[in-house]
Amino acid sequence: MSQSFDEISAQLRRRHRKSARLKWMSMGALGLAGLFLVLFFTDMMIKGLPAFQQAQIQVEVDYSEQASQLPLAAVQEDVRPLVSRGYLRLIPGRMEDNAELLGTTRMEWVLADSQVDQYLKGHHTRLSDSEQEVVDRLQAEGRAELRFNTTFFTSGDSKMPELAGIASAAMGTVMTLLVTLAVSFPIGVMTAVYLEEFAPDNRFTQLIEININNLAAIPSILFGLLGLAIFINFFGVPRSSPVVGGLTLALMTLPVIIISTRTALRSVPDSIRHAAFGVGCSRWQVVRDHVLPLALPGIMTGSIIGLAQAMGETAPLIIVGMVAFIPDVAASFSEAATVLPAQIFTWAGEPERAFIEKTSGGILVLLAVLISLNATAVVLRKKFERRW
Amino acid sequence: MQTNQILALFCGTLLVLGLIAYFLGRAKASRVRAAGAAMHAQPDQYAWFSVLSSAGPAIAVGVVGAFAMLLLGAEIPTLYLLAASLVVGCAGLAMGIALVRPDFHARKAIESVIRFFLAGAALISIFTTFGILISIVGEAIRFFQMQSFWDFITGTTWNPGASFLAAAGRAEEGASAAQFGSIPLFAGTFMITAIAMLVAIPVGLLSAIYMAEFAPQRVRTLAKPVLEVLAGIPTVVYGFFAAITVAPIIVDVAGFFGIDASFNNALAPGIVMGIMIIPFISSLSDDVINSVPDSMRQGSLALGMTKGETIRDVVVPAALPGIISASLLAVSRALGETMIVVMAAGMRPNLTANPFEDMTTVTVRIVAALTGDQEFASAETLSAFALGLVLFVVTLSLNLVSVIMIRRFREKYRINNL
Repeated sequence: MSQSFDEISAQLRRRHRKSARLKWMSMGALGLAGLFLVLFFTDMMIKGLPAFQQAQIQVEVDYSEQASQLPLAAVQEDVRPLVSRGYLRLIPGRMEDNAELLGTTRMEWVLADSQVDQYLKGHHTRLSDSEQEVVDRLQAEGRAELRFNTTFFTSGDSKMPELAGIASAAMGTVMTLLVTLAVSFPIGVMTAVYLEEFAPDNRFTQLIEININNLAAIPSILFGLLGLAIFINFFGVPRSSPVVGGLTLALMTLPVIIISTRTALRSVPDSIRHAAFGVGCSRWQVVRDHVLPLALPGIMTGSIIGLAQAMGETAPLIIVGMVAFIPDVAASFSEAATVLPAQIFTWAGEPERAFIEKTSGGILVLLAVLISLNATAVVLRKKFERRW
Repeated sequence: MQTNQILALFCGTLLVLGLIAYFLGRAKASRVRAAGAAMHAQPDQYAWFSVLSSAGPAIAVGVVGAFAMLLLGAEIPTLYLLAASLVVGCAGLAMGIALVRPDFHARKAIESVIRFFLAGAALISIFTTFGILISIVGEAIRFFQMQSFWDFITGTTWNPGASFLAAAGRAEEGASAAQFGSIPLFAGTFMITAIAMLVAIPVGLLSAIYMAEFAPQRVRTLAKPVLEVLAGIPTVVYGFFAAITVAPIIVDVAGFFGIDASFNNALAPGIVMGIMIIPFISSLSDDVINSVPDSMRQGSLALGMTKGETIRDVVVPAALPGIISASLLAVSRALGETMIVVMAAGMRPNLTANPFEDMTTVTVRIVAALTGDQEFASAETLSAFALGLVLFVVTLSLNLVSVIMIRRFREKYRINNL
């Protein structure tokens, strides 16, 4: 029995509706991913931006004889719990350095305790009612306000939230990445040059290729196990140091650099090589003087992306012990240090509410650096990309 | 003398030696050429060759000596070592200068040295794999000497608590013997991975289909980098987000429906991990769908299929090997993911099928075992390597299957750029 035209066109309409549904669903999926990204960044901004502000209060600091023994005595009793203990602790030292201070009384803006900070930001606080009244009074007199938090950028880790900062972690990240770059960039580029320009196509070369692709997909924590067993236990590299962290990350970044360098080398057209060989260049001369310079933007882009990846990596560094409590900037490559992501991890484990803010602030800094690194890579590629 | 000073002295001597070699070689080559002989290479190349022939052996002797001292514990006075490498360097210099002759191919010699170095660099990646394998297998074997392999594979209780007493030689004091049954860990890993895949595969695949088949060019160029941003966010940030933001929301929502959820429930890390993995699936699937030949789409549309039917019945089946390969890579990624689960999932090994309860994973236990205060030789610390071995084997096989699948796809449609 044949169908009528009406039935067929109804069927057709149904089929087209189904087709449209697929389109909307797939659009929705992409939208979902985008929506998550927006939610994520908003959440981080809301949580993290207050970390860049820090409460300060203006109090009368009395540099008396007693204060050099007992720093708590330097401020009056009603504001004593409101001033950061870390600040008070510094008073005797400052009095020793500066003899003129003795016996004077000055009005000074000082770092407030993190509870005051949280109270001024409208969060839950442990301050008692009378202490809250004092803060309210100070605020009404203009003697308590939120200022830009320089401590966050200039000091290292601390158990006191108002004194905790990212300086030591940032420096640790820089040192670790220097080691990573110094090891993985030359080795990666050399490997890629060998595989693309020199290696014969035999079993051995294929083995190396498969191996590199596989390394790129190995879970990062296993590199941490390698770092622990080989670098620390076997070679005796100091634990928690930028050297061991950098070496571990270098092995992880290696595949990224190799793969991107190979792509960059492959995009250099053969006519360049032919021309260079034609005027009598040897293989190395062709690579050094012609292929590598042309592939350099691509290599740089890949290395920056690999470096950005290494910068956000935490798991292998935890395994090699780079989560230590580091209040001061590491002085050398073999001293214990920590990195930004590890600092974020440590702070995330702190129970105090104020540290959630610090953690989010650290995350914002890390994300800002990562995004600018990636943007640099994109700009480099756009600027120097050549279509042959 | 300090190690640093010796190193500085060594480098300084080498530099001087290299400079001498360069200028001597160059001077001799220029002289020979000025005398009218046709040489095989340029003076500069002879100069570089003599640098290589003097500094190369000196460095080799130094490195071998340093390794012997570090690893084998050989007692070589550093000054003797320095002198030895210097002597070898001078001998190399003499040989290099002697070889500056018209019939010597300096360029080819340099070339082969460079080639040797490049191949050496390529070997490092192999060494890395072997390093991972050796370090993990070696320590895992030590673990299995202490604990039975069968109990590890089939046991349902993970309780390493008392193992440090055993390591301290006080085993009898422990209230209960340490147990290393890994099934709860694998169950937890599997549960969180499954949740992640339930999020990542539909969303990633549909996004890929939209970008490849429906989206206008402008949306494509915008959406790709946005998805890449998802992949670029560090996992520690995702972990924080899962623990601080997502987990409380899930507890609230579950409470609304009358379900009792833990703050370390498996859903929060699972969902966030799924979101992290979306770009892996979408970007590879996008490439694969794009490389399905257009003739197949044209044939299907010419037969009167709608666009949706073409995608469902022609394009996706054709791209299936690639999509499966992408999903396998994503699974291997989820299995090995550490920071999200360390921060958002529980620490308590828990054999359950309820995603609202807290459960722990293999990677969490690895981190927990290696960041504690245990001695390295204790069973708990070594158990990390046994777990790492399992993780390595599983992810390796997933990666290999994935590579084979994508290769099959590539051969079927003769695509070279995947």
